[in-house]
Amino acid sequence: MPGSKTTSRWGYYVTGTALAILFLFPLLWSGWASLRTPSGFGLENYDRLFSSDGGVRPYHVLNSVLVSTMTVGGTLFVATLGGYAFGRFRFPGRDVLFLLTLAILMVPYATILIALYVLLGWIGLEDSLLGLSLVLIMFQLPFSIFMMRNSFEAVPKELEESAQVDGCNSFGALTRILLPAVRPGLVTVGLFAFLTSWSEFFAPLILLNSTDRFTTTLAVVNMRTASHGSIDYAALEAGVVFMAVPCLILFAFMQRSYVRGFTSGALKG
Amino acid sequence: MSTMVTSPPDRQTPPQPEPARAARRRRSGAARRAAVGALYATPTAVMVGLFFVVPLLLVGWMSLHRWPLLGQPTLNLPDNYTGIADNTLVRSAVWFTLKYTVVMTVLLFVVAFGLALLVQHRRPGVGFFRTAFFLPMTVGFASASLLFLGLLSDEIGPVNDLLSAVGLIDGYVSWTSGSPDTALGSAVLLVLWRFAGFNMLILLTGLQAIPPEVYEAARIDGASRWQTFRRITLPLMRSSIALVLTLMVTGSLLAFDQFWILTRGGPDNSTTSLVMVIYREAFVRLDLGSAAGISVALLAVLLVFNIIQLGVLRRRSH
Repeated sequence: MPGSKTTSRWGYYVTGTALAILFLFPLLWSGWASLRTPSGFGLENYDRLFSSDGGVRPYHVLNSVLVSTMTVGGTLFVATLGGYAFGRFRFPGRDVLFLLTLAILMVPYATILIALYVLLGWIGLEDSLLGLSLVLIMFQLPFSIFMMRNSFEAVPKELEESAQVDGCNSFGALTRILLPAVRPGLVTVGLFAFLTSWSEFFAPLILLNSTDRFTTTLAVVNMRTASHGSIDYAALEAGVVFMAVPCLILFAFMQRSYVRGFTSGALKG
Repeated sequence: MSTMVTSPPDRQTPPQPEPARAARRRRSGAARRAAVGALYATPTAVMVGLFFVVPLLLVGWMSLHRWPLLGQPTLNLPDNYTGIADNTLVRSAVWFTLKYTVVMTVLLFVVAFGLALLVQHRRPGVGFFRTAFFLPMTVGFASASLLFLGLLSDEIGPVNDLLSAVGLIDGYVSWTSGSPDTALGSAVLLVLWRFAGFNMLILLTGLQAIPPEVYEAARIDGASRWQTFRRITLPLMRSSIALVLTLMVTGSLLAFDQFWILTRGGPDNSTTSLVMVIYREAFVRLDLGSAAGISVALLAVLLVFNIIQLGVLRRRSH
């Protein structure tokens, strides 16, 4: 290891601590700013976030929950079956379909969202949470299918075969034997689908028109863009905290699979 | 790819006397298994076909048409493409996006690599440092942009007070909308904060994949730290470096949230990125055809970039 002797411990701790403070400061500041009021500390900014004109309404939060639920459920469904198919079966068109799925990574979604907007209109899903979720699922697929395929390939073949000897068909083997074995993959895929759909901004901005279908992110950003001149910054920071807290809690619980998912998906994908 | 797949039903079948019959059974078993596999892949095929392949073709088709938000599309090839060159906002957005991409990629790479080098060894406290640098990644990008909007604001942000307290500025500076340079700087700062830890993590994985023996050998040969870094660390990390650079360049060329939310493209359209122009063409000027034309042009640039990058990576790794 280079320089482990020459790097002084003091240099490491001083630099590391200074940088850690710089990186944590915005997070801590937004929590502080969201609670700060003219008279001290309190929840007034959150009151304004949820009550002011054009602010966040309960149905915005519900919309976010619905979109995230549909996206997580749909991603797990498609990616589990797809990963099983790619990892365990051989069928005509398999490699083409797999490459096509990975090709989604090469086509940034900003460039096809206009077409998705038109397409969703054609199939009667314009301005709908379901349409938005389907699009989010599609963009989740390269990472999810890749992850699930690798998970299935890592399960010993004998495990599945013994289940079939015992009279399970492939679906029985999948649900009873294989799913528990690929649980770490499922957790990572579900976690990513949740975090992406929960905080996604550009896709809802394009695909949702009516304000009562807005997700929370969209509603909070709308408080900024709709304001002419004066912006209620403190209420915006309350919105930031409200959006970020579920993600931070999930991160605290699942730091390991979160970080591993990022690096493995990034490096191999 | 071709590692698995025997046909399990055959295993249960007792040995057959006639080889022809066994072969036939194996063939039909394999065909059945292929059909089952294709069935499991159906949801993927539908999703990829309907929501990826069709829109990809559709965006190309749209780019050949005058395609109003409401009303009938009419063929107008090649007006959407020639329109790109005449559109002054597009031209300024192209230059701005390129400038931003260069600045952002260089700074983000330097910062992320610095962080990765700082936290590469297991030492007390290293886990805390890694988590602190990575934590901004958990906040959604739009939320992070709103966070910085408040942080850099005159009204509730601490930045102006801090900087004037240490005497770096006198009077208030409007960071996100005051001048083109401060607006760009604000966005760069935001992206550094949010993405440095993520790229650090990829580079860290690359750093840790280098076998310690290589460094050992270099030390015995008397290599200096700089020589070790240049001759060993950098070459052995080529694939991680290529990956983060690709992510950085692609991400910057597609910049949207940070400018839409933080600077609103201003002042005077000075921070209007290409994707912001696509949005504007489609939903402000209600001209989806023109938006599709710019999308296709941007897509072509990105594909060429990706192909070159893959080619370079493949050639070097041999």
